[in-house]
Amino acid sequence: MNALVPLVVMIPLIGAALALILGKRPALQRIVTVIVLAVVLVVGVLMLIAVDTGEPLVVEVGGWAAPYGIVLIVDRLAALMVVVSAAVLLAVLVFSIGQGLADGHDETPVSIYYPTYLILATGVFNAFIAGDLFNLYVGFEILLVSSYVLITLGGTQARIRAGVTYIVVSLVSSMFFLASIAMIYGAVGTVNIAQISQRMSEIPADVQIVLHVMLLVGFGIKAAVFPLSFWLPDSYPTAPAPVTAVFAGLLTKVGVYSVIRTETVIFPGPELNTFLMIVALLTMVVGVLGAVAQADIKRLLSFTLVSHIGFMILGVSLGSAIGTAAAIYYIVHHIVVQTTLFLATGLIERQGGSTSINKLGGLLAASPVIAILFFLPALNLGGIPPFSGFIGKLALFEASAEQGSPLAYVLIGAGALVSLLTLYALVRVWNLAFWRGADEVDGYESELLTNLSEAPHGVSVKKSRTTPRLMVGATAAMVALGVALTVFAGPLYGIAARAGENLEGPSFYVDIVFPDGVPAIGEGGK
Amino acid sequence: MSVSLVLLIVMAVLYACGIYLMLERSMTRVLLGFLLVGNATNLLIIIMAGKPGLAPIYDGETTVDEMTDPLPQALILTAIVITFAVSAFLLALIYRSWRLEREDNVEDDVDDVAMRHGENGVVAEEIDEGPVATDFSERAEAALEAELDPASETSTTPHPKGATE
Repeated sequence: MNALVPLVVMIPLIGAALALILGKRPALQRIVTVIVLAVVLVVGVLMLIAVDTGEPLVVEVGGWAAPYGIVLIVDRLAALMVVVSAAVLLAVLVFSIGQGLADGHDETPVSIYYPTYLILATGVFNAFIAGDLFNLYVGFEILLVSSYVLITLGGTQARIRAGVTYIVVSLVSSMFFLASIAMIYGAVGTVNIAQISQRMSEIPADVQIVLHVMLLVGFGIKAAVFPLSFWLPDSYPTAPAPVTAVFAGLLTKVGVYSVIRTETVIFPGPELNTFLMIVALLTMVVGVLGAVAQADIKRLLSFTLVSHIGFMILGVSLGSAIGTAAAIYYIVHHIVVQTTLFLATGLIERQGGSTSINKLGGLLAASPVIAILFFLPALNLGGIPPFSGFIGKLALFEASAEQGSPLAYVLIGAGALVSLLTLYALVRVWNLAFWRGADEVDGYESELLTNLSEAPHGVSVKKSRTTPRLMVGATAAMVALGVALTVFAGPLYGIAARAGENLEGPSFYVDIVFPDGVPAIGEGGK
Repeated sequence: MSVSLVLLIVMAVLYACGIYLMLERSMTRVLLGFLLVGNATNLLIIIMAGKPGLAPIYDGETTVDEMTDPLPQALILTAIVITFAVSAFLLALIYRSWRLEREDNVEDDVDDVAMRHGENGVVAEEIDEGPVATDFSERAEAALEAELDPASETSTTPHPKGATE
């Protein structure tokens, strides 16, 4: 089974090269890209089954033993993340193929779009299975550089403007990350995560705090945690619909995944837990207040994305196995639902010609299918029972109540409030864009629309473009996946709970990398 | 761990200049700042390698104590390659930005500006796309014309005709 591990990185990378060679033959290129991601999905599912029923998979690349060589580690958390990412990447790919076929690829130039997309996938998978800090950095850089290309796709002025903010902010976060790797290496003489974890306890506490905060700042910018989230609502909405969908679903979650690894393996102590809880609280509240003020659906969704990152940070900050388990389930739920909502918004944009709720109307009559495809994930995100959003939030609140500090109860209250406000923002979209008649749009007076902030560079798209079946099909598949998260919540939550138990304290992670005991100081490293 | 004071001072100066440049509006200066910060970080990694020594080749004579630590050098090589690729992309972006509007400034979010002036958002502009534009340069041009404030355009308006993608 160990042979499967490198495949999740190798296959997309080779696929990207193949897709680049096939740049002149779009049909072949599309087939290659779809096959590659489908194979990765199968490999991911096989790994998840193997890991969940047996032992975690550890691969020492090139046969070099652990502290000297690079290790790839697939435990339950990594396997679960690989499966969900592969599924989402595949669905969004099908969506963008549908859009490309319908529009003659003026949004997604064939020759570079598919290879870049596969390299983005490579980076995401590499980050998930990395067993050493520098490999994690390389994974981040791979996905970031391809995301720079995707966010400025087409090179229009609005995208260049948004892209510059995104790129500069990402560069700063990468520099933070690299500098903290350098300092961690200086402190403990290794970049292997398991070995860092072993040696970190011997470092003075004040040095530990500095290293801890530096790592968290680097990851916090990538995960869009308040106050490091300012860049996200500005840069995501201008990209093409499928690109925004995959960014919103996956990229911030890679940051959250790294925060989980940091908090559970590298710095398992409770020093910064209270600080993280406050950050989680602010992220939730500030994010959703931004969402309530938006008239543009894409911007609104970007703000809810920031807001819901707070829920995941809350789960991590509790420092308990059930808290981490709830955070993991919530990440899976949020990847699927947020991506679905952005895809549905892409459909709305084609059908209604705009993404501003000031201009949309009568979509329920015009296209009942899109209405359902938007309505279900919207309820899911807002946390209406029995959807997975409700299950995830309930688990998070239970874990907070178990922790029992006054701040935890404040967070439960804030979480409930944030869910209601999310629901308010999304139901307002529903009321105005779908429920309101198309003839009522002009001169519509409502309390709901006063003081709303319109998107900058709002450009009206030509109406009456066809909505290809492939796009609707991909979105419907994502909605079905979201419903499946609810139907199969039992087994899925089982995996998340076991992953959470594994992550309680670093000993499980260290034992799988060094089954024969950790090499003593002096034997490995310097 | 012994640290070279010269390297430390150079690193600090590079960081200071780099961060100063990255706070500028001009994209070219941001790029230069990024290069300085990137090199400062590489120096930081070198500093963390400890004292200098002989090449870490096992020949039976050199002892471990005399060798330098090879791992940070491998890390730096990777970091340099990444910095190089990103700078190339940033240069392309700057050039594109310059072609579109003859300047390379980082612009404010229009929405933020509107909010600062106490307005409730910006009125979105409508574009008549005319015949379906499939070519990138045409779309870019259409977007450009929509962006430009009618008052300030006229003579300085660039025309990126024939821009090839």
